Amino acid sequence: MHAAAPAPQGPPPYQVVGKHAVMPETRHDEAARFNYLANMNQFLSAEFLPRVKRAYDKRALPRFHSEHGRPPEHRREVRELMSEEPAYQAWSAMRRATMEQRQQAGRSVVLRQLDRLNATAKAAAAEPGLQLDPNFLPPRYLTGVDHHCMPGGYLCELAPDDVSAPANYDVGIFATTGGALGRYSDGGGMAVAEWLKREHPEFKPRRILDLGCGLGHNTLPLAQAFPHAEVIALDAAAPMLRYGHARAVSLGVTNVRFVQGNAEAVKEPDASFDLIVTCMFLHETSYTAIKRVFGETRRLLAPGGISLHIEQPQYQNMDVYEQFIRDWDAYNNNEPFWTTMHEMDLTELATEAGFDRAKVFETGVRAVVDAALFPQAAAAQKQEDYGRSAAWYVFGARA
Amino acid sequence: MNDTIALANAKAKGKRPWFFDDREAERVFNVALALMQELSVARERIDTLERLLENKGLVSRTEIESFTPNSAEASARSQMHKELIGRCLRVLQQELEALEEAPGTAATPEELRHT
Repeated sequence: MHAAAPAPQGPPPYQVVGKHAVMPETRHDEAARFNYLANMNQFLSAEFLPRVKRAYDKRALPRFHSEHGRPPEHRREVRELMSEEPAYQAWSAMRRATMEQRQQAGRSVVLRQLDRLNATAKAAAAEPGLQLDPNFLPPRYLTGVDHHCMPGGYLCELAPDDVSAPANYDVGIFATTGGALGRYSDGGGMAVAEWLKREHPEFKPRRILDLGCGLGHNTLPLAQAFPHAEVIALDAAAPMLRYGHARAVSLGVTNVRFVQGNAEAVKEPDASFDLIVTCMFLHETSYTAIKRVFGETRRLLAPGGISLHIEQPQYQNMDVYEQFIRDWDAYNNNEPFWTTMHEMDLTELATEAGFDRAKVFETGVRAVVDAALFPQAAAAQKQEDYGRSAAWYVFGARA
Repeated sequence: MNDTIALANAKAKGKRPWFFDDREAERVFNVALALMQELSVARERIDTLERLLENKGLVSRTEIESFTPNSAEASARSQMHKELIGRCLRVLQQELEALEEAPGTAATPEELRHT
């Protein structure tokens, strides 16, 4: 009898990441760089972050107690306290550096083959399913900062018909998440599709809307789960849509239309969608925008329709230390709306938008991935990479 | 530095946070982290080479692990290690050399102007 093969340790190798026509090609050392970054991120969340918590419990918290005679009551107090804690300083410096290195690694892969990538996406644009608006004005929340430290942001255009931003996003998301999102980085969309099939087996949406779809990582699993549905993938950034469309064409998904538009004012008739989703989109908008997005969601949803918003958990009723750690990206990774969004009362917001309070619900989903290639991600994850993990909070409302 | 290298390194719009009490230490730490990455990449490449050589039956892992350099090879390697150590620790060496410099030994630009 053979001894059982040892359980795989660490993230899967970069080589298992799914390829398609516009996916940048990676050379040996470029893939090795992503492998290093995936491992470094896993080290930071699984090994180093618990040490930061220990330093908080053993050193920082007693200090705060002796000075104030009480524990911290707000994450701001924790932040102030921890900003002087060497373990936290080191973790933060490494997390920030790793993020910058990931961007550099992705961009260096993309830039050397950008002409070919742009030409491939342009050729795919001859296929139906891409609707750009040359007069579109992007909202200020997309131009004010470069979200999660992507130089140039989602709108970056280094050349005509540019797809450098989404190509960089796609080629490197494996490194950021330690491979936890699966072969096509679509674990979120797969999770939503699985949740719908399980919780609402009779639900057969005819029209599906994905707001802030990006390059469509999480749109395609829905389109594949409901192959007879017409799917509209809406985003403000033309580069993301060009790439997303070319990627969908290459992967043989034909029931998605990639449309450039503003999620705050969607050019579609009232009650024209059965399913509306956002996946890690709301936290990249603004206070004003999120209200409008909820309003549009209510307007566009047909009777009996379902809206689902996939995000990291809200801060209400959360331990102040966990809030502080989860808030790291807001301060240190160019996520300016992260804090406000996670403090908002989404139920109140949905009610104001016209949803029936009794039809609002909350749940959680975990990334659905190919267990053969991603055994670690497929198993229930023990460690939590606050703000990045492949387990999400779902806020939903039915019309 | 050509354009592509600089462009790949581009800064994202938004204020960069710093975490250490000493900004200089954090700058050096960032360089060290980048070197850590590149070392890891180089090691992965060596690992690929060793596995390919072994799979093709050209060189076995055992041969690599038990490789014993002869005297000349050992000297060359020793030189290699010393050069690397010297290069990496240059700044420390120069600090110590400065201690040996008697005060006022080095001329100032002012003094040299009319020499």
